[in-house]
Amino acid sequence: MSKHSNILEMRNISKRFPGGVVANNDVTIEVRQGEVHCLLGENGAGKSVLMSILYGLHHASDGEIFLRGEKVKIASPKEARNLRIGMVHQHFMLVPTLTVAQNVILGQYPAGTVLNMIPEVSQKLVELGRRFKLPVDPGALVMDLTVGEQQRVEIIKALYHGADLLIFDEPTAVLTPKEIAGFLDFVRHLRDEGITSIFITHKLDEVIAVADRITVLRDARKIGTVLAAETDPSELARMMVGRDVLMKLGDVRHDVGEVVVKINGLSANNSRGLEALSDVSFDVRAGEIVGIAGVSGNGQSELCLALTGLLESTSGSIQIDGEEIARLLPRGVAEKGVAHVPEDRHKLGVILPFSISENMVIHQFRKEPFSKMGRLLKKNISEYSRALTTEYRVRMRDTEQPIGDLSGGNQQKVVVARELARNPRFAVINQLTRGVDIGAIEFLLKKILEARNKGTAILLVSTELEELFAVCDRILVMSGGRIAGEFDGGRENLEEIGMLMATDVAS
Amino acid sequence: MEDFSLYVPLITVLAATWRMATPIIFAAIGAMFSEKAGVLNIGLEGIMLIGAFSGFAAAVHGAPIFVAFVFALLVGAVAGAIFGYLTVYLKTNQIVVGAAFNLLGLGITGFLYRVGDFGSSGIKISNPISIPFLADIPFVGPILFQHTPMVYLTLPLVFMAFFVLYRTAYGLNLRAAGDYPNALAAAGQSVNLHRFSAVVLGCSIVSVGGAFLTLSYTNQFVEGIVSGRGFMALAVIVFGRWTPLGIFGASLLFGLFFALQLFLQTISDAAIPYQAFQAMPYVLTIVVLVLVGGRSNAPKFLTVPFQR
Repeated sequence: MSKHSNILEMRNISKRFPGGVVANNDVTIEVRQGEVHCLLGENGAGKSVLMSILYGLHHASDGEIFLRGEKVKIASPKEARNLRIGMVHQHFMLVPTLTVAQNVILGQYPAGTVLNMIPEVSQKLVELGRRFKLPVDPGALVMDLTVGEQQRVEIIKALYHGADLLIFDEPTAVLTPKEIAGFLDFVRHLRDEGITSIFITHKLDEVIAVADRITVLRDARKIGTVLAAETDPSELARMMVGRDVLMKLGDVRHDVGEVVVKINGLSANNSRGLEALSDVSFDVRAGEIVGIAGVSGNGQSELCLALTGLLESTSGSIQIDGEEIARLLPRGVAEKGVAHVPEDRHKLGVILPFSISENMVIHQFRKEPFSKMGRLLKKNISEYSRALTTEYRVRMRDTEQPIGDLSGGNQQKVVVARELARNPRFAVINQLTRGVDIGAIEFLLKKILEARNKGTAILLVSTELEELFAVCDRILVMSGGRIAGEFDGGRENLEEIGMLMATDVAS
Repeated sequence: MEDFSLYVPLITVLAATWRMATPIIFAAIGAMFSEKAGVLNIGLEGIMLIGAFSGFAAAVHGAPIFVAFVFALLVGAVAGAIFGYLTVYLKTNQIVVGAAFNLLGLGITGFLYRVGDFGSSGIKISNPISIPFLADIPFVGPILFQHTPMVYLTLPLVFMAFFVLYRTAYGLNLRAAGDYPNALAAAGQSVNLHRFSAVVLGCSIVSVGGAFLTLSYTNQFVEGIVSGRGFMALAVIVFGRWTPLGIFGASLLFGLFFALQLFLQTISDAAIPYQAFQAMPYVLTIVVLVLVGGRSNAPKFLTVPFQR
């Protein structure tokens, strides 16, 4: 490997955050001059942190950066810009009330400067737009632009400041499918113009479409770098989601109980108003665990939110024991016997400053034995909470300490204990093991199996295939907001599931 | 009053309009700087009081009117530095600090006025300056061209505010600090420093607006002399949609109501108690806030402390 062909080398980068989280563990990547280099990995694999280090937003705990053959220290985004590194953030760094040209020059001139250079800047932006096939209107207000156009502004801003190494942080996450196609074309065009791109993503089809080389990160470590031409989606999927093999914890069961949940033609929009869930239909039976596999962002979140009443569906029906629940509010859904272990624990699962006990009775505190005439019966609540935390082996000081003091795994145990203790008819469980250590994972999965054996219908959504193989009776694969396929819960289907995860049926 | 001609009273009311609007223009333009940068200061009333008192105190001790205004400006800057340090750097809740400043302004000026010796004869305030020739134009002359210097100064003030905000790099940064501070930080600038400076600059101007009341309007300090003008300035900013020109126009509307209520008090027979007229500017404040209501044009990160 000749040295001068690498525009960037990041050697043995480690990043430890206060509190012990390790985001990068001895990661080395090499980026060649003029290539499109994809950084692939699940959420939390360390891709964004690695690039934040390159852009001066974080500082590496260990390791060295070589840029164009020279060792550099990048302390701030300003220094990164001076080194001709540009970053297109996932959340655009644009002021909506300013024009395109004003955003481009923001912060570039001393405070006392009279801004009479706008016409020249606009002229240059138009020229750059022509050269890079990236037309922008310098006088337009950013808030009047579409998301795709705003992204163009971000890119042209970086190019205006002379960047020839561009970092894209999940650039397609905010785009519509049509915009994505245009964006990928544009990235290829940038390569023709000699610009090097680093492209953070977790979408396999995009990686295959645009990358020259791909580096896969998982659990803060580098798994490997491969040539796009010599790999395929299933290999990438394996590199990306593979983890220590979990034992099969329960038998795959067929001929289980009666149909509990009947979902028919369910569609829903995501928070940006785009359709994220399209015409999804399936059943879950009593005493059955149905797994939902898929690369994150393919409609799983919206499915779980719609099933629990947190997201209004646009069409379709959800029946529990023959009763329609699609129009009920979350509390109504919960009272029909639907439990929810949400993906975003801190937002939807627990109230961090509240005590473990208070979190434990969050559905039930209105009723006896937890309250009487509107007065909370603290003693009963604590007793209940003590029994459950003991059963779930929650590591804590006592039940009255804020749940925010606990580790992620112990918080998750409280959530699972709370939800399953109600003996739900149907449990929606999304990313059960996110942020949970390996020992607790097995414990939690066993608890899920216990609930199954008691007759609960369970939907287990995960991006970790191993977790699904460990307990699921059936596995559905979601892609592009649809159910792309159905499999028996055995590991023998790994290859086929991986392939299906990687293809976007919507495009 | 049957043969009462409208001509003279109309001139009186319109001539008073700009004068009555002047302290509100200063206060609202000053506060606009800090709001544009993302810091809401509901303590305008208190800071105007501090300005009114410090200007008055300087004048009583022999300072020329101009020097007294400069002194009020500097005291306002100090008050702004305290407000800014608390809200921008310590990230204390802006509403709470603002409320505290209102109480502080009322308390400290009242206290100092009582313990100090300020006589009872008042001070010699600045005289109206008639612009040669223009002041002699019938009707228009007395309305526009026979005012004290501070009234005329509102025009360059509004122009200066517009220029700084929309034509300089500093103004661009300020607007970014209020509308999307992360972008300003990403561009390598300090959000906090910009916000702090906007608060100090703004409070200086607000304080001058207060000093106008004792140095150009009455010749005395009275406890609570600002009587709600600081709160009106807050409404004026909303009504003026956070633009210097809009604020100027909205202030004139409030000035008109002040002038009207003064005039109506003098002609009213006992049928309508004069307090009803006195209440007019305050009622207008509420009406304006109800009508304009939404904060559609407000800086998006108003009252939100910056955290990277």
